[in-house]
Amino acid sequence: MGLLSDPNRRRALTNLLTRLNTPICIVCYLAAIIWFMGLAFEPFTLRTYMSENAMGSTMVEERFPSGERALSTAKEFDAHKRKAGGMPVEWLVKTMQARGLEVFTQSFSRTLPFPDENKERYMVRGTNVYGILRAPRAPRTEALVISAPCSPGNVNNQAVGLLLTLAQYFRNQVYWAKDIIFLVNEHDLIGMQAWLEGYHHTNITGMEYSPLQGRAGSIQAALSLELSSDVITSLDLILEGLNGQLPNLDLANLFYAFCQKLGVLCTIQGKLQRNDWDTTEGYTHAAQTMMLMVLKQASGRAWGDHGLFLRYHIEAASIQGINSFRHYKTDVTTIGRLLEGMIRKLNNLLERLHQSYFFYLLPSLSRFVSIGYYMPAFGLLAVILLLRALDLWVHLDTPVLAEVDGVSEAEQSSSPGLLSVLTPVVISHVTGVALYLLPVQLQEMAVEHFPVSETEAVVLTAIAIYTAGLALPHNAQRLLSGEGTEQGWRVLKLTSLLYLAVLLGCTALINFSLGFILAITLVPIAACITPHIPRALSALAVVLLSPGFVILYCVFIYQELIESPVSIREGWMLYLSVISQGILDHFLYGSLVYPLLALFIYPCWLMFWNILFWK
Amino acid sequence: MAARRCVLFLLYSLLFSVAEYRSSCEKSSDNTGEEQSDAIREVKSDISGNNQDERQWLSTGVEMDKSVEAKDSESFRPAPKDQFQEELIIKPLQSGDIYASFQFRTLWDTDDLQEGNKVSHYRLFPKSLGQVLSKFSVRELHISFTQGFWRTMQWGQPFIPSPPGAELWVWFHDTVADVDENWKELTNVLSGIFCASLNFIDTTNTVQPSASFKPLGLGNATDHRFLRYATLPREIVCTENLTPWKKLLPCGSKAGLAVLMKSEKLFHSSFHSQAVHIRPVCQDEQCERPALELRQTLNVVFDLYTSGQGKKEWSLFKMFSRTLTEACPLASSSKVYVDITDNPEGELFELSPATPVLSQAVVLGDRRTYSVYDLTKADTFGQLRSLNLLLRWKGDNGDMLRALLHVERYVAGFGLQTGEIHTLVYNNHPFRAFPVLLLDSVPWYLRLYIHTLKVTSKSRDNKPSYIHYQPSKDRQRPHLLEMLIQLPPHSVTEVTVQFERALLKWTEYPPDPNHGFYVGSSVISALVPSMVAMDTNVTQEHPLFSSFFPVKEESNYFMRVYTEPLLVNLPTPDFSMPYNVICLTCTVVAVGYGSFYNLLTRTFQVDEPSLPLAKRLANLIRRIRGVPMLT
Repeated sequence: MGLLSDPNRRRALTNLLTRLNTPICIVCYLAAIIWFMGLAFEPFTLRTYMSENAMGSTMVEERFPSGERALSTAKEFDAHKRKAGGMPVEWLVKTMQARGLEVFTQSFSRTLPFPDENKERYMVRGTNVYGILRAPRAPRTEALVISAPCSPGNVNNQAVGLLLTLAQYFRNQVYWAKDIIFLVNEHDLIGMQAWLEGYHHTNITGMEYSPLQGRAGSIQAALSLELSSDVITSLDLILEGLNGQLPNLDLANLFYAFCQKLGVLCTIQGKLQRNDWDTTEGYTHAAQTMMLMVLKQASGRAWGDHGLFLRYHIEAASIQGINSFRHYKTDVTTIGRLLEGMIRKLNNLLERLHQSYFFYLLPSLSRFVSIGYYMPAFGLLAVILLLRALDLWVHLDTPVLAEVDGVSEAEQSSSPGLLSVLTPVVISHVTGVALYLLPVQLQEMAVEHFPVSETEAVVLTAIAIYTAGLALPHNAQRLLSGEGTEQGWRVLKLTSLLYLAVLLGCTALINFSLGFILAITLVPIAACITPHIPRALSALAVVLLSPGFVILYCVFIYQELIESPVSIREGWMLYLSVISQGILDHFLYGSLVYPLLALFIYPCWLMFWNILFWK
Repeated sequence: MAARRCVLFLLYSLLFSVAEYRSSCEKSSDNTGEEQSDAIREVKSDISGNNQDERQWLSTGVEMDKSVEAKDSESFRPAPKDQFQEELIIKPLQSGDIYASFQFRTLWDTDDLQEGNKVSHYRLFPKSLGQVLSKFSVRELHISFTQGFWRTMQWGQPFIPSPPGAELWVWFHDTVADVDENWKELTNVLSGIFCASLNFIDTTNTVQPSASFKPLGLGNATDHRFLRYATLPREIVCTENLTPWKKLLPCGSKAGLAVLMKSEKLFHSSFHSQAVHIRPVCQDEQCERPALELRQTLNVVFDLYTSGQGKKEWSLFKMFSRTLTEACPLASSSKVYVDITDNPEGELFELSPATPVLSQAVVLGDRRTYSVYDLTKADTFGQLRSLNLLLRWKGDNGDMLRALLHVERYVAGFGLQTGEIHTLVYNNHPFRAFPVLLLDSVPWYLRLYIHTLKVTSKSRDNKPSYIHYQPSKDRQRPHLLEMLIQLPPHSVTEVTVQFERALLKWTEYPPDPNHGFYVGSSVISALVPSMVAMDTNVTQEHPLFSSFFPVKEESNYFMRVYTEPLLVNLPTPDFSMPYNVICLTCTVVAVGYGSFYNLLTRTFQVDEPSLPLAKRLANLIRRIRGVPMLT
């Protein structure tokens, strides 16, 4: 601080910062990208290890013997599912009761805000069936959940079969210290949401459900099972949950430890681990895995039934069986033993899983990047915004040297006219509110006037409002406050820079991937934009880096990474469905990505757009 | 009605007085009447073998008021100084599980305790307890250790309910000056006697319920200043608690029913509960002198799947890995009861060896029939000199029960700031409303918002007719909430109250703060309309004239139900990172505060450029000369 209290030295510092501002910013940006890409490089990452003592050293033996029975149960379930034309509730209740569980059902119904074309559903009505295995001599205070979705068609029967057989096997054991809830949920995430809301007696999404009759205390951990074939080649672990929340890393470690023990091939993001980190292919592979995780996390979706548990502070993961053409196969008995081992270790927990990391990226199952390693990549990007803001601040009032930056905003903006700065801010945010509210509100009107379905109407309205926003503020600003001054755009830019820095900072703390993706695209715009650069060219660049286009790129990159590249047209259709899914996720499960983009990021971007057309 | 009862009473007395002169084994039977069974009638049937069709009931329809009967039964013969009785009740449950309940009762004819005299002569009554009672002027003491939760929906009602963990409630004599001091010492002493963590009972988990816990013995104490109630929901019960409990028995675990108590089997079960109840009772009919009753109970439920390996076959050997060979020589009565109510024709299960002695009792509002095995008689043990009851199920498992009164409790909401406690009380009676008394004791670190207390049944507001609320004091005492609620017939009554989770001081967290904090069970005490009175169309067993009005003394029975304890997470600091926190704090203080302080207190002034050395020397000389200085 002596540096700042001495006017001479302070002047020297600010001079240095303003003179070298652009080079420093460029260096920071490049460093951020390099740092981020370096995270996938194996020598820079840490090996995963089990932090939780109760799960690490304790010995469990896996003895689950009845894989064959699981398959026959699955066949039986399939037959009853076909007969009932949906979830065979009665059969499930009877079967669970016969296995000595306390069985309860929950019916629910939900009308979607607009039809979901991916899953072809609008008015959803269903029933969840769950059986509780009461642990002997336990007072119903803690529970574990194993769930399997009852999917339409021929999918996931083996998961339900294995679930029921595990229930039967577990019922005969004495070592349980926590109650175990076996849940078969209908309509995947919607059923799970209804069950979780019923269990915790909350209603955050407007679901209608019948109250639960049986409970088992606070749920400590949950595993969701997806299995559609009799034998599998590998098991995939899915961690990304709603709003980019992740379960405790120990859950992933547990899964990995048992896969190693039982010799089951395990993948994350559908990618096997490679041992050749020092080759280009090895590095690319790890980087692809990590990028996939970043993209999935940034989407804020629940990528499996487990994703909804995380809101309730329940550590959960989905385990998906994959059957590819590899000749090395694993049978259901082994999967059952793997689950038995995991559940038994979770049963040994004395505390909630909290020892290991909650914020991490996984370039492979055995390597992780913790928050301390990946946050600098974002920090370097955020520094650019602050540096540019400092630069502007210094230029704004060169005679009066600021003591501490970031204060007395109103006083500064009064000189160029508060109105001329406030107007674009307000107009951008009103556009944002319109983008948030109108698509769903106006769908009926849109369907009346245009030959589109409801879903298309919502998506196209959203895109229309998004595009209209490009024209609106720019025009309105001219109408309202007349000529903009040189000082005016500087103040507006200063405000926008700080606003963006705060927004991205908050986002990155909660969901690093989303914050980072937004930062990497928005920071260049925010840093370079002035009214004096060539307009047409830069306008094109600004539009191409807008949040809407970023989603489009993400769709293509994602498809590329999961090795099913799409054509432009397919990609566009996928893009439309991604937008509709994002809006649905918000209304059905309370995902925050859509409101964040519509209410904050998009208006902020519009403010920069406004600066470009400042007159 | 009254006349009829009078006649029945005489009949009953006659029956017992006759029985008394016949054999010694029957003599003891009349005292068992006061056990959990309300009115036991011994019935002799003169069948031989196990042909159950030939069973004959000598007396039916004899209904006695509990208290009348209890007093009567003691009046017929001069009471011995001390007395010991033991019983084992085996009840096959609908679910295929089996419920075994041991009851041991020691009567101690002493009335000196009340005056605080030192009693030095002990026969059957354990000295360790007797001394404690006299030292701390205890009128009644009830203590239970339970591992597991009683599943009302599967198992029906227990004979003596108890909450998970440890529960202790004590009535002190009203001569006690400092009840809190006595209570504190008593808990510490009991902690030693039972080898349990009762010493963790302090003011923060002790309450004085105003209505829920009335004395069960003699006396008419109503001043709840002399009552203390505490639960430890976290207490784990294991063999180290069982051993001292067994030592209180006159025969220890060497003879009698107690030989069955092998801990490896008792703790290989779904439910385990052991209790000690001490209360004053009458010595004789006139009730001139009180006696102390020590009732030790042990309840176990064996699981069909884990202990029975799924085979529906139970025997004493399979349950306890022992068989019975003799009664405790000190016991005046020693019996095994098997509940065969649902099995009159032997269609549900097969019981061997069969017994000709049957007994009927009204237990928890239901008329039950029991096969009785008297261990004091040699022929009970048969040729092999050992009794190994065998019970083979024939039928299928029943569905879940619809218990008349059933409670459920859970924490609603998510996040670590607030939450809501929901208590659901089910009244499954088709047409009768009845009141229940709800007692809730919540630790202080859940700050109840009592203005959010809501009681609703059938989606309508249900105003409690009595509310006793004692707010908590931080780190001193818990919340106490007692309410009298009327439950409409066939309804669910929901009691909700919101709370805020307090942030504790860092030393107040337990060693495993991320496990969560326990909130003890709430207690629901109720007078429940009995099943007997619920039967409106049973005419075949009763004469028509006896069954028009609901029978008065059986129409209600007292029942206590405990909810499950709650496990609540409080906001917990990350204790694994003190080093980081210290470093960060120190850095912030050093850099941030230091430099800000520097900036705020520094005064800025323009420096005068210092003079060159030559000028300063010149000035020195000029000062001496008194000439104006150079600048």
